[in-house]
Amino acid sequence: MISNELVDISRLQFAVVALFHFLFVPLTLGMTFILVIMESTYVVTGKQIYKDMTQFWGKLFGINFALGVTTGITMEFQFGTNWAYYSHYVGDVFGAPLAIEGLMAFFLESTFIGLFFFGWDKLSKVKHLMVTMLVALGSNLSALWILIGNGWMNNPVGSDFSWVTMRMEMTDFWAVVFNPQAQDKFVHAVSAGYLTASVFVLGISSWYLLKGRDIEFAKRSFRIAAAFGLASALSVIVLGDESGYTVGENQETKLAAIEAMWHTEPAPASFNLIAGINEAKQKNDWAVEIPYVMGIIGTRTLTKQIPGIAEIKERNRQHILDGIHAVVAMEALRKNPADVQAKTEFDQYKKYLGFGLLLKKYTEDVSKATPAMIQQAVNESVPRVTPLFWTFRIMVGLGFAMLALMSVALYASVRNTFMRQRWLLRWALWFIPAPWISAETGWFVSEYGRQPWTIYGVLPTHLSASSLTTASVYGSLIGFVLLYTGLFIVEMYLMVKFARQGPSSLHTGRYHGENHGQPHGGGAAPMHAPAKQL
Amino acid sequence: MLDYEMLKVIWWLFVGVLLVGFAIMDGHDMGVGTLLPFVGKGDDERRVVINTVGPHWDGNQVWFITGGGAIFAAWPLVYATAFSGFYWAMAAVLWSMFFRPVGFDYRSKIDNSAWRSAWDWGLFVGATVPPLIFGVAFGNLLQGVPFYFDNDLRSFYTGSFWALLNPFALLTGLVSTSMIVMHGANFLLIRTEGDVYKRSQNASILFGLLTLATFAAAGLWVAFSIKGFVLTGGDLPNALPNPMGKTVVAQAGAWLHNYSVYPLTMIVPALGFAGVLLSIVFAKANKPVMAFVSSAVSMLGIIGTAGVSMFPFIMPSSTDPRSSLTVWDSVSSHMTLELMFFATLILLPLVVFYTSWAYRVMSGKITLDFVERNDHSTY
Repeated sequence: MISNELVDISRLQFAVVALFHFLFVPLTLGMTFILVIMESTYVVTGKQIYKDMTQFWGKLFGINFALGVTTGITMEFQFGTNWAYYSHYVGDVFGAPLAIEGLMAFFLESTFIGLFFFGWDKLSKVKHLMVTMLVALGSNLSALWILIGNGWMNNPVGSDFSWVTMRMEMTDFWAVVFNPQAQDKFVHAVSAGYLTASVFVLGISSWYLLKGRDIEFAKRSFRIAAAFGLASALSVIVLGDESGYTVGENQETKLAAIEAMWHTEPAPASFNLIAGINEAKQKNDWAVEIPYVMGIIGTRTLTKQIPGIAEIKERNRQHILDGIHAVVAMEALRKNPADVQAKTEFDQYKKYLGFGLLLKKYTEDVSKATPAMIQQAVNESVPRVTPLFWTFRIMVGLGFAMLALMSVALYASVRNTFMRQRWLLRWALWFIPAPWISAETGWFVSEYGRQPWTIYGVLPTHLSASSLTTASVYGSLIGFVLLYTGLFIVEMYLMVKFARQGPSSLHTGRYHGENHGQPHGGGAAPMHAPAKQL
Repeated sequence: MLDYEMLKVIWWLFVGVLLVGFAIMDGHDMGVGTLLPFVGKGDDERRVVINTVGPHWDGNQVWFITGGGAIFAAWPLVYATAFSGFYWAMAAVLWSMFFRPVGFDYRSKIDNSAWRSAWDWGLFVGATVPPLIFGVAFGNLLQGVPFYFDNDLRSFYTGSFWALLNPFALLTGLVSTSMIVMHGANFLLIRTEGDVYKRSQNASILFGLLTLATFAAAGLWVAFSIKGFVLTGGDLPNALPNPMGKTVVAQAGAWLHNYSVYPLTMIVPALGFAGVLLSIVFAKANKPVMAFVSSAVSMLGIIGTAGVSMFPFIMPSSTDPRSSLTVWDSVSSHMTLELMFFATLILLPLVVFYTSWAYRVMSGKITLDFVERNDHSTY
């Protein structure tokens, strides 16, 4: 039997490598589009400053991109190395979007990124712009396919379990592709990426403006970031709300946990803005409620009820009891494929096979599960409320704060007053970490909220892990933490160094501190041969 | 609708195409990475070497990623069993590859010789470890891997990391490393001149000879003292995949069986030898492009030889031969194989098309002068 400790550290390792990878993904998704906007402006207007903007922000993008690639390879390995049973059990369905992601998206992005950096002198203006667009298309397509995979984990449509091959098999590819969960998640996640890049450009531009350097360069960057950022922030919030509405048992469970809704309320349910959660007693000691809002978000009606945690658990108890029949029948069929009675039994209860498998965490022989084990499985069939409740609120709170920032920033840049509004510039600067905190908490809500499943209702997390020794996983976990910490320090060092240098890092002689004919350009600095660096 | 059996064979070929594609594309920049500290003396020469593959290494690496993804989608049991079984070997591949993206992108951003030299060695490690370990992995596949399945098809690995490093596997590791370095050296012949060219030429010939010797030695070893595996029952090509429904025995000389039944397949190892010989000849005759094509052909032959020898086995099990994974029983469902067949048929030619375009755009020699003139915009 797989030990709880092994599953826990395997999950910890996945969380570490996925959260770390996700530090670099959102910025890549958004920066590619900002670069497209800047370069398009260059091609249309022919103004050199827009080319400089594309190249400078492209340089910061490149520093980030390198670690995105590095940590991305890990993600492909993780499923096979640490979640082997998962890979076998769902590879038939989950592997396809991953392989298509490689063929359709990674190749595109990675082939053209080389031309983006090194093709400036080899390509015409329009061709180079096309290259930049293809990089943006590639990175966004890769988000599409990975979220189709992830959407299927939350809402496993278009597939069926086969007891002969002992796995889930694809029955309808287009159902998997057009899974409503996947589509909402995709737009929500890429918009979050666009917002991340907008806050990044806005914040760093604000710093130049606060320092009074590279004014023209920073103003133009600020405007683009504010406009793109406002559109993205609106899209993130609207689509985030849309993914809250998506139907399904998984979504109901997540929603109830996120809202700390212990019992079904009369429709339309109220929304707990904040609450004192008492996990032991399964209730809230106190709560600040907004009437109606929850019912409207969750059902888009004033009359439909949203199930509370207690009711969901009771429903799951029935699923688990039915699931026992399915597991027992399946095991009989695997021993004797000709067992007609087992076949009938299996077909009848097949739908709840996954719930029966939840009991495998407590006993090898599910037919001998005690009432205490069943109770434990029922209790653990809904994720813990406290972490979900608060991470969700951090994500949404920061989302709205960024919407406010972008609204004010765009208004100020339209009226051209932002140079004087130093409080706005400081706000933008200090808010640089906000989209990352939001994205990481968002990932947590999505993945922790699906527990105890890797594939909701189909495959428990507990069964998904590889049969490795705990020593191996501890060892690799330590290795990842050490390597990632080292790489992160190097990345941050370079990012800060080049952000501080600003456009002068392009060595065009036109920018702050370069001392080429600009009287205000820091006349005290001595002329010296260009430093040998990129 | 395509026949299930045919799709299973097609996917064996496709995975082969992706592996050979990986060896040809990512292989040449890995070969360049291994040679980096030796053919480039001084910072400027090293920058020449790095910039020959600067615009392309990232796209090339996707052959590796897509190869992994395709195995996940088409052979999920192989993906699950191999990646979890070879846990530490996979960690070594992965961790060494960490140094590539950052090595390329960060190395020349700081003008400090210790910093740059550290990244050069990082690039060396990232380029040298993966081909070596893949070669070692093939050596272990040929000998059988210690794993078995339980009744739920959960795989259990019963070996250790150190057991992977046995003499035969180290020899196949050497085959793989030599051919990749030879191929990388040939690429440097196309893109460099002067001293770097001269050193690469020597390297190409040296590693060509080494490939020849180790490939021949591995062949003899397989013929005379490696037990192959033979399918003795069950495992019908058209049936639903069930790894536990067959019987298998280990038998000396079994890996030569396919060549005697289908003599035409002997073309594959012959291509391996001929490719290397031609690579040596063309490298010596200063015909870089022909040398590069020849080393590419040799890798097709060498990797193909491993595949043809083992067919229909992919990952034989030494612990429990019945658990061995074959082309017939480790595959995805009919629908997924067919879907992925069409996806590959449409997308892969597109990839080849725009990759060639990218190489054409960036073609030409990388010179010392070029690196100096583009100090701030190259790697």
